[in-house]
Amino acid sequence: MTAFSTPHLDYLAIAPELGLTAALVAVLLVDLIWEDRARRWIPTLTGFGMLAALVPVLVMARDGADRVLFGGAFVVDDFALVNKALFLLAAYVVVLLSTDYVADADVYEGEYYLMLLSSVLGMLVMASARDLISIFVALELLSIPAYLLAGWRKRDLRGNEASLKYYLLGVFSAGVMLYGMSLVFGLVGSTKLVEIGEALRDPAGPSPLIVIGVTFTLVGFLFKISAVPFHSWAPDTYEGAPTPITAFLSVASKAAGFVAILTLVFVAFPGRSEVWTPMFWLLAVLTMTVGNLIALRQTNVVRLLAYSSVAQAGFMLVPLAVARDLPQAQDAIQAVVTYLLVYAVMNLGAFAVVMVVAAKTGSAERSSFGGLFERSPGLTVAMTAFLFSLAGIPPLGGWYVKFLVFRSLIDAGTVAAVVLGVIVAVNSVIALYYYASVAREMWMRPAPDGDLSPVRATPSLAAAVILCAGVTLLVGVLPNLLGHLGEVATFALG
Amino acid sequence: MQTLDDWALTAGVFLPVAGVILMLFVPREREAVHKMVALVTSLATMAVGVFIATRFDYDDGNLQFVVDRSWIPVINSRYLVGIDGISLPLLLLSMFITVLVIVYSWDHFPSPVNPKAFLMLILVLEVGMNGTFVAQDLILFFVFFELVLLPMYFMIGVWGGENRQYASIKFFLFTLFGSALMILGFLALYFLGGETFSIPRLIESASGAISHDTQLWIFAGLFMGFAIKVPMFPFHTWLPDAHTEAPTQGSVILAAILLKLGTYGFVRIAIPVLPDAAVTFAPWIGLLAVIGIIYGALCCLAQTDMKRLIAFSSVAHMGFVMLAIATLTELGINAAVFGMVAHGLITGMLFFVAGSIKDRLHTLQISRLGGLLVTAPRMMWIFGFCSMASLGLPGLAGFWGEFPAILAAYSPAVELSTPLFRGYMVVAALGTVLAAGYLLWLYQRAAFGAPRDEELATHMTDMGRTEYLAWAPILLLILVLGVFPSLLFGVTNDAARAVVAAIPG
Repeated sequence: MTAFSTPHLDYLAIAPELGLTAALVAVLLVDLIWEDRARRWIPTLTGFGMLAALVPVLVMARDGADRVLFGGAFVVDDFALVNKALFLLAAYVVVLLSTDYVADADVYEGEYYLMLLSSVLGMLVMASARDLISIFVALELLSIPAYLLAGWRKRDLRGNEASLKYYLLGVFSAGVMLYGMSLVFGLVGSTKLVEIGEALRDPAGPSPLIVIGVTFTLVGFLFKISAVPFHSWAPDTYEGAPTPITAFLSVASKAAGFVAILTLVFVAFPGRSEVWTPMFWLLAVLTMTVGNLIALRQTNVVRLLAYSSVAQAGFMLVPLAVARDLPQAQDAIQAVVTYLLVYAVMNLGAFAVVMVVAAKTGSAERSSFGGLFERSPGLTVAMTAFLFSLAGIPPLGGWYVKFLVFRSLIDAGTVAAVVLGVIVAVNSVIALYYYASVAREMWMRPAPDGDLSPVRATPSLAAAVILCAGVTLLVGVLPNLLGHLGEVATFALG
Repeated sequence: MQTLDDWALTAGVFLPVAGVILMLFVPREREAVHKMVALVTSLATMAVGVFIATRFDYDDGNLQFVVDRSWIPVINSRYLVGIDGISLPLLLLSMFITVLVIVYSWDHFPSPVNPKAFLMLILVLEVGMNGTFVAQDLILFFVFFELVLLPMYFMIGVWGGENRQYASIKFFLFTLFGSALMILGFLALYFLGGETFSIPRLIESASGAISHDTQLWIFAGLFMGFAIKVPMFPFHTWLPDAHTEAPTQGSVILAAILLKLGTYGFVRIAIPVLPDAAVTFAPWIGLLAVIGIIYGALCCLAQTDMKRLIAFSSVAHMGFVMLAIATLTELGINAAVFGMVAHGLITGMLFFVAGSIKDRLHTLQISRLGGLLVTAPRMMWIFGFCSMASLGLPGLAGFWGEFPAILAAYSPAVELSTPLFRGYMVVAALGTVLAAGYLLWLYQRAAFGAPRDEELATHMTDMGRTEYLAWAPILLLILVLGVFPSLLFGVTNDAARAVVAAIPG
């Protein structure tokens, strides 16, 4: 019997996770020891924790070497680094959004940031996870705090509904996913994605049962990204959750789901593209069409953004519907990752503006945006930029990622791809209508109750709006800033 | 001089951005400052245009002032700009009209009065319009082509008439649908035509590399994008709404420049890059064009609102331009570019006058007008002059847009059916008769006789200072181009030959 030998640890590789854990412990202790006196410093501490964790990510990005830990279950490659940076920056903006909201609401404050940090920690692990078990652990680590956060307004009935719905459906889909994973493990005999990938590439590989394994494993994450028909939780949860958490779920949590899907599809299941490409084709069409059509009917801007985020997930699924094995899949990965980045910026910005307006008018109904152009032109222009960026109108960032989606389709060049392209085109037009309906309210309708007092953003919200608007415009004019990031988003297979 | 030449087009496109940034930092209340900044910016842009025109080599049919810089290497798209004899007149027209629109705005701000936002939108529009005429890279073209949507949407939606919200979103949705299909076409050209977005390189390589059937599909995608913008029958329904509801300045820019983006797209991209597909499509384009001519004219006869009538006359006039393009001959392309410039000047001018009348009377119901020649003789003389120009009176610019178009249809490119195009020619000629009918009838009802509504008549005043300033240059140009058409034909001719170089005939 051999003695247990401690595995070699590359501390730099897990430094982002360690940093975030340190921030998490610090927030916990500060809140415990100083209680109310330190309360206003906790958001700052959390924010710094996110930014501090970003430092080793950048160091490793400059270094450029791939790091493989824990027998290949945890890999830090370019793909992981880009996504870690995305999660940390998005979470930082969410902290900016939360600062005043949480302080003003009658809710636990210290614990809120604690939960946020641990959910982000789960996302960081997810970006590096290359093993069915580490993927599952990461998923639960990011999901369980999110279930709690969704119901953080515990005296609000809709908050309770939000949390419960999210929790029940989440647990159910995790169950389905585990069943799928167990089938995959049973047929392949390994939980490592790379080994699964090799086994599935073999045409004489596992029995047809693997089809169920592959599909069920993906279902768990399709729930996370709110793809139709696994989207039914999203609108209610988004509406009932605290608005910063809605932003968090619709951006960071969704991105984590996509990261897992990309890892699974391109590392573990590339050999079975005949199973998942038709599935993603159908899911993409359903997701964007259903999301868009329901969004058309919304009058509450948070709900509208919720359904729009369902539809956007559909656009992001499109490149997967035509992707093949890895070398050719480069474009698809690039399209999805770049889309995630730009989507995060523009959607977080839109939520920031919604929060400013809702704080002033007390409601996120579309009518409360009336006359906003007269009341605060700067905020209106920023919101307009976010909305039309989401719709994909140049020169705002969204056009470039929509373009990448179209590009991946035409590159594939099959009839199915071109048909999908036309469906995407029609959906872009539908989406424009409801994004423009919010813009119309702000620019062309009178203010409700004739209230013309200016709407002002708190410093942290203003920072979030300016940051997001700046990036949205910059990316639209000089897309190459992101082009480089997308290009290096490749997997280390080893 | 070489450095100046290198920067000329870039300056001509992006100078208005400098004005926009400056205006961003000036408080909204300081209206005089905003007007000055906007005017100076547009004049400076115009000056760059004049510089370009003086340095332009009129005997060279190739692209000039070419700048080729890296832009988005990941997708192989470059900042590639350049102009030839087709781009130059349209670029100058766009700069020219922008200056005059800003001059006109001086004391004609539509309600809700907000010179800062309004003038900033006009300058952003100018960036998009100028950029479209100089871009030689498909993605760059696409970005500029789309850049005009947002400002125009807000211009119609915020400052428009009663039905503005419906009109603005309709304009936006129609155009976006077209351009989404257009971008699919661009991407197909990229992947099948040699992995480049550069228009000059695609002209060389695309038609040889792509099978005829695929070319047809790609052409169909481009066709949707451009035909909706033109707009051709049956995609024209957004136009009357947009024109009618837009504020005067919006209508003028829309008629004078934005519609040309569509026809320019055919001439710059669709036809030279995919000549074989163009030959297959040409009879159908010609058919839609003549339907547009007759349908537009008949709709004009039925209109009760002056602005809506002028809008439908645009459908008819753009039909002539498209018919000229569909002949795929050198003469046809020349006629089309002339038609674009002439229509831009004349219809822009008609919208100016209509806007000024509406400003005073708050209605353009033809049945309530009448006798305007009595109350505002100068303005109505100008309106009469423009109506004559619009119906194609020889000696004015409109004639050289329509007559060569009809002439070109007499002998289209050899691969096209001559009898068919001669049939189109006859129908188009009938269209000119109808044009005379609806324009003269409009003039008769609006200008002649005694004022039909005494109360309205008291509100009518003749032209003001900014109106003289803004209109005189256009009127002069209509006359000059009418008497010396070679001024423009000389510029376009070499480039027009290049457009149809690959088409026998």
